[in-house]
Amino acid sequence: MDFAANFAGILLGGLSAGTVLFIVSVGLSVTMGLMGFVNLAHGAFAMFGGYVIVLSMNRAHFGFAAALALGFVATAAISVVLERTLYRRLYRASELDQVLFTIGLIFIFIAGAIIVVGPESQTLQLPAALRGQINLGFLQYRTYSIFLIVVGFLIGLGISLAFERTRIGAQIRATVDNRRMAESLGINVDRLFTITFAFGSGMAGIGGGLGAEFLGLDPQYGLKYLVYFLIAVSVGGLGSVMGVYYASLILGVLDFVLKLYLPKGGTLFIYALTILLLLWRPQGLFGRKET
Amino acid sequence: MSAAASTATDDPGARDLVTRHRLRWWEALPWIIGLGFYFAFPDYLGFGAELLAMILFALSLDLALGYAGIVTLGHAAFFGAGAYTVGMLAFYDIWTEPITSLLLAALAAAGIGFLSGLVLLRTRGLTLLMLTLCTMALLQEAANMARAYTGGFDGLPDLAIAPVFGVFEFNPLYANTQYLYSLGVLLVCFIFVRTLIYSPFGQSLTGIRENLLRMHAIGSPVRLRLVICYTISAALAGIAGGLWAQTNAYVNLSALDLDRAATVFIVLILGGYGRLYGAFVGAVVYMALEHFLAKIYPTAWQLGLGLLLVMIALFARNGILGIGEALWQRYGARRKTP
Repeated sequence: MDFAANFAGILLGGLSAGTVLFIVSVGLSVTMGLMGFVNLAHGAFAMFGGYVIVLSMNRAHFGFAAALALGFVATAAISVVLERTLYRRLYRASELDQVLFTIGLIFIFIAGAIIVVGPESQTLQLPAALRGQINLGFLQYRTYSIFLIVVGFLIGLGISLAFERTRIGAQIRATVDNRRMAESLGINVDRLFTITFAFGSGMAGIGGGLGAEFLGLDPQYGLKYLVYFLIAVSVGGLGSVMGVYYASLILGVLDFVLKLYLPKGGTLFIYALTILLLLWRPQGLFGRKET
Repeated sequence: MSAAASTATDDPGARDLVTRHRLRWWEALPWIIGLGFYFAFPDYLGFGAELLAMILFALSLDLALGYAGIVTLGHAAFFGAGAYTVGMLAFYDIWTEPITSLLLAALAAAGIGFLSGLVLLRTRGLTLLMLTLCTMALLQEAANMARAYTGGFDGLPDLAIAPVFGVFEFNPLYANTQYLYSLGVLLVCFIFVRTLIYSPFGQSLTGIRENLLRMHAIGSPVRLRLVICYTISAALAGIAGGLWAQTNAYVNLSALDLDRAATVFIVLILGGYGRLYGAFVGAVVYMALEHFLAKIYPTAWQLGLGLLLVMIALFARNGILGIGEALWQRYGARRKTP
């Protein structure tokens, strides 16, 4: 195989991994930007959604699309319950309490997954249409990866259009920029946050399911990939949808390339780059400067 | 005009402030209990030594997080730096004298703390959290890569540590020496931290935590103070890590991982941060629960721990000591007004 096709293959692999990262992290970015809430349990929501999706397919024989929808709804529902009962008590608390609380939630999710489903890793059975290879004209590539890239692009496009064009999107942007002013203008920030939190968690659930094929799905999921989700969010910039999209894709491609060419020290470079970038721009690539 | 002078001593609030650094009778309790444990539970001294290292580690975090308000999730970076310093020195037979090894561990950790603090402490909030996390992950990855020196994933086993003072040998089967040695190191470090906390420097750290803007306004060199505090905290964490490596006679990547950083965070907040003895209470409760519960019901332990953390975050922000203090105040108030 010639170099160009080889390179394109690596790029596509990285892009598909980055897409999953984006789908999981986008909600975290928006909710953190809105409320400044350090929600370390976001990965646990992704795990929860992933379990719902995989188990509903493997045990209840749901179709892929139906399972994804169920995963979204179930994760959004549980996150709303948690947000209304527990999270909201901590909005004005210190970061310390928020970190402690969400670490506690991660442990509860881990134990819950072990008790209900078991400690073993779950596998996603792809529908026949997404298995195998697809001919892109210049190379053959895995259908599922291409599917992920396209879906991720559509989701990113959809969310940023909703951000730019809808009323609720405008309210979110206003609140991220200046929360007090938005409240003074009569925007119901409380309700706005519940809606975004539910939507973001639901997306994370879908991401957990879509990524299960190559990230795996086990009770430790929420802790194992937490650093990656946080890197995507903080590099992209809090509250910026496009920021998270680009950061996730860059991270995915970098991870793929480095793992291939530098199998031993690839992750080292990612951490070092993240540190350098955050020192240069603490607000992330696309974040607004704190006022 | 003696008004100012008399209020300083007559006002009960002022008197409390003037005398707050004095030793109370109950401050001897941890050390009496520590010595009592040695005689009462000779079979659990290995566990005891591990517990003492954890107390020291939590104490170091208390200095940074509880007093200066630096919210870090990467404190295991310094624990690991200390552990690997002791480990590598002993494994390659370069230096095995325990006490000087600990000083070298403190030096190595302090160096990393100083360099990273110098750049990281410009930021706050989520960015700082991320940067501390990434620094730790970076060190762990580096330790994993430098397999030729650090043993990589397997770590460095069977460290030979020279006898303490040239007399008391570390016996892997009976941890008597390890325990008393750890208790001694903890005592020295604790006296240092206690003195530091009540010094003007320590007071300015509390000031930075409570009101950053005001500290800037009165001309306090905030950044410098934070960096110094972070460096000292890192040095203490390095000693804790070195102690852990010496008493266990091995070092591996677990010294640097997120689990350890999260554990010490949990231990400190469980006990109560910013109050010196929170590290003791938190470590004893956590380690005892973990030692006896986690081995029997690991899943139930995780579930219980999760619930406990959520409850603390929601209802008992000052940890176990905070609850005790509130009860004491209520009880004391009732006694005074019959």
